[in-house]
Amino acid sequence: MLLSDLKIQEKAEIKAIRVSGRQGRRLLDLGFIPGTIIKAIRKSPLGDPVAYRIKGTVLALRKEETDLIEIRRIE
Amino acid sequence: MALYADSLALNLLRKNFNISNDDNKPIIALAGNPNTGKSTIFNGLTGLRQHTGNWPGKTVGRAEGYFKYKEEEFLIIDLPGTYSLLANSTEELIARDFICFARPDLTLVVADATNLERNLNLVLQVLELSTNTILVLNLLDEARRKGIKIDVKKLEACLQVPVIPAVAREGLGLEEIKKTCYQISKEKIKIKGFKITYSREIEEKIEELIPLLKRKLPFLQKRINWRWLALRLLEGDKTILVSINTYYPIYQERVNIFQKGEVQLDGFNQVWLK
Amino acid sequence: MGLTRSGLNKENINMDNYITKRGKLDYFLPPDIQEEIRAQIVGDIYQEAEKIANKVLISPGEESALENRLDDLLTSRWLGFPLMLFLLAFIFWITIVGANLPSEILASGLFWLEGKISLFFYWLQAPGWLHGILVHGIYRTMAWVISVMFPPMAIFFPLFTLLEDLGYLPRLAFNLDNLFKRAGSHGKQALTMSMGFGCNAAGVISTRIIDSPREKLIAIITNNFVPCNGRFPTLIILASIFMHASFNNTYNSLLAAAVVVAFVLLGIIITLAVSWALSRTLLKGIPSTFTLELPPYRKPQIGRILLRSFLDRTLFVLSRAVLVAAPAGAMIWILANTGFNGSNFIQHLAVFLDPFARLIGLDGFILLAFILGLPANEIVIPILLMGYLSSGLMMEPESLDSLQRILIANGWTWVTALATMLFSLLHFPCGTTLLSIKKETGGLKWPLFTFFLTTAIAISVNFLLVQFLKIFL
Repeated sequence: MLLSDLKIQEKAEIKAIRVSGRQGRRLLDLGFIPGTIIKAIRKSPLGDPVAYRIKGTVLALRKEETDLIEIRRIE
Repeated sequence: MALYADSLALNLLRKNFNISNDDNKPIIALAGNPNTGKSTIFNGLTGLRQHTGNWPGKTVGRAEGYFKYKEEEFLIIDLPGTYSLLANSTEELIARDFICFARPDLTLVVADATNLERNLNLVLQVLELSTNTILVLNLLDEARRKGIKIDVKKLEACLQVPVIPAVAREGLGLEEIKKTCYQISKEKIKIKGFKITYSREIEEKIEELIPLLKRKLPFLQKRINWRWLALRLLEGDKTILVSINTYYPIYQERVNIFQKGEVQLDGFNQVWLK
Repeated sequence: MGLTRSGLNKENINMDNYITKRGKLDYFLPPDIQEEIRAQIVGDIYQEAEKIANKVLISPGEESALENRLDDLLTSRWLGFPLMLFLLAFIFWITIVGANLPSEILASGLFWLEGKISLFFYWLQAPGWLHGILVHGIYRTMAWVISVMFPPMAIFFPLFTLLEDLGYLPRLAFNLDNLFKRAGSHGKQALTMSMGFGCNAAGVISTRIIDSPREKLIAIITNNFVPCNGRFPTLIILASIFMHASFNNTYNSLLAAAVVVAFVLLGIIITLAVSWALSRTLLKGIPSTFTLELPPYRKPQIGRILLRSFLDRTLFVLSRAVLVAAPAGAMIWILANTGFNGSNFIQHLAVFLDPFARLIGLDGFILLAFILGLPANEIVIPILLMGYLSSGLMMEPESLDSLQRILIANGWTWVTALATMLFSLLHFPCGTTLLSIKKETGGLKWPLFTFFLTTAIAISVNFLLVQFLKIFL
């Protein structure tokens, strides 16, 4: 399941990042590490980007990036 | 004599960063995540004794200033706000290169008390790279508002550096920061600094690599943290060798350490040489 | 944890691989192993951070329900944009209303002072032309710039900084990012654009927050299309006149704000359109990544912000008055008081420009006023009046009615007003902004490009408008 599929207010655990190179490293640096818990908080009025809470910070990401993050939904 | 030559070399190197410090004031680097109130602390410490400019060759702004405690004057440089020192952006590169090569006498890391875990990421990286570090725990008023409470003493014990609680925008903690900087400069306090250890496999590779680096890059002796350099090379950081070449160019002819490759940073492609 | 450690274990790093035959230090590990190591390193650091944080956090605190609800509201599907617009209109309204009285006071004060200076010159028996250049030219232009520019800036910028300190601006970028992405640029352009409302030069400098050079350039070039504080008065005065409004009651100031908002929206649409065009042609490239942090709201330190912003703006306006307005004033006075064949240069130039100006809905004097107003947008209307009244010096309209009479007497219709307002919105950036562009891009290429592009767009839009109206009227 991809992060872009996560619905608002749902929580998930990050499984893997499907991108390497600079983009991948950036995501890692921001805390998108396998095992980290992430929660989808809210959507922008136009649907994109979406704000997520990860490691105590709220970050907004575009669909192009959330399509690259594999997650496992948790209750 | 060797010490004198060494500090002369350091001054010359610091000139690369457009730092003029002819009277050898202790240099303090101010680091921290964005949105931590770092500039408030900078303004609080320096008041009007500051000026802004740019980092050499970049359009990233830089503020530097002075403050005094007792008879000692300090030069403080505000590094760009970064989440990490792992050189993914121009800001991170600037911050990292400054701490690594300009070797400030002290690094002040400002952390947001409302978001400790994320901020500790940068703190731990700075501790890896710099010897004298102080942690300023800012935005405590916001933390209190949210019901967050932190055991400062325990944090000091874990990180093994002085931790100074602050509410910069009300001016709280600034005196303590100045005092601690003073005490460190007078060597009244010795900072140990917690050094992170990695998984076994990585630690083994580091052990293998360090003697090799020492042999191949002797001009960096006493001038760089070997363990840190080994880690950067292991993870394939393309920018570190470029930086070494930038700040130690006189050695470029003697030891050809570069391989042709591409460094991609912020959409620029720098093909670096040889 | 999902990371395969196979790579790390299997690879025995052969020390000889580190060094090639010619003694070079090589990147010996294959890239995918390096990626794994990197992921491991970052993971280990975060793990340690988590461990320490858990040890020292006595109480973890909780999210603020109020802030959450506020954010839900500000970014909601139905209310998000309307609220943004409302906030924008509100800020403009306060700026307009609040600046009104101080502008008048400053203007009367400075012009009173001018009278005293003039007396001093007469007392000195200084030559007429010296008095002309120094007092009517330089001093008066500076006075005009200060009294028009300073009050709105002293209100707008502190308000903007307040919003920034509160933490609202990332929400703005969050809401608008999609639009900017589709226009080929970056969500942060919403912020630089907003800064441009206060001052285009400040907007250009604020583009430093955009990392990608390509997107930064797009933001710089298009910053011109949002009207700055210097252009508000032109828009408001013209709108008010031709809607037969005056400033003396709330309804009309609301109307004035509404007109400004309408033009601002037009400016935003054009910003997006030009960004889109640029990113498809000259500034082609892949969109950079967008990660925005939405920090919690903070209680801003109102007193300190207001003071610092106020001082910053005071310094800016005064330095601009001295560096830009003064020389401009001198030159304009010279043009207005020297000439040949019985007419001064202003008149000659206006006649020369007139045929072309008519094509775009203006007349020679209006176009000349814009051209001479390059240093500072605030002086466009004074120069225009100077032209119409054939006076040798810049004039201040006594009232909107008298201004209206002057304009109508010179052939103005609502079409002229509309065309002038459009041209004001779109035309080349002011001198200070062009200098800022030069500084930020490190050369003459981009300020020149921006100059020509914006002017070309202004001329084209006006031309099309005129033709369109000709067909239908």
